[in-house]
Amino acid sequence: MSEEKRKKASLVVFSGDMDKLFGAFIIATSAAAANMDVTMFFTFWGLRALKKKVRTGKSLFGRMLGMMYGGDILRATPSKMSFFGIGRWMFKKMMKAKNVASLPELREAAIDLGVKLYGCQMSMDVMEIPREKMIDEVTDCVGAAFYVDQAQQSEISLFI
Amino acid sequence: MSENITIAMTLDLKGLLCPMPVVKLAQAIKNVEIGDVIEASATDPGVLADIPAWANTSGNELVSIDQGEVIVFRVRRLK
Repeated sequence: MSEEKRKKASLVVFSGDMDKLFGAFIIATSAAAANMDVTMFFTFWGLRALKKKVRTGKSLFGRMLGMMYGGDILRATPSKMSFFGIGRWMFKKMMKAKNVASLPELREAAIDLGVKLYGCQMSMDVMEIPREKMIDEVTDCVGAAFYVDQAQQSEISLFI
Repeated sequence: MSENITIAMTLDLKGLLCPMPVVKLAQAIKNVEIGDVIEASATDPGVLADIPAWANTSGNELVSIDQGEVIVFRVRRLK
């Protein structure tokens, strides 16, 4: 666009909770809509937001984790009142009734607005979630130094 | 306030909640020329605060915003 320097926002998404993912994607899309360059760095439980709906894990523990914590972004449960999936079901119903965008819709909007999605390579290694089990739109898999570099250049930096 | 403004695009944002009115607006504004005006209608009262804020952060101009059961606002693309 123009010569002027665009402002930046960078978010660490540590949580894989449904409600916190909503917060993360709502802020990311709003910042991107405001012409900011937005970086989302997904680590640990947050990797759920990038996962395809596939089984993960190689070792015994990795497969156990994949079973207990399997599924894609739609399987995220709220941080409170989860009740083994009833909470997720209830919130989805309530949000749909009020026409709030779903998590996949928000993620798609973020991608469309140019938000960069990064996976934390170390968490991916530990949790045995390889790149090919994540959505194609993931920009790259990087480390903490990359995030620090991004955050240093950012007007907004959040840990969610 | 009686200047004639040509509307380059109209946008129906009724029924949408935060952050979608702003997201849709940001997506749409790329499709009009610089200097063009978009007229949009929305029902979420949150846009009364969010659209002026978006205009400020995105560097576009809020031409008008009319409160009502349906909120109608006009923004001009500046960059």
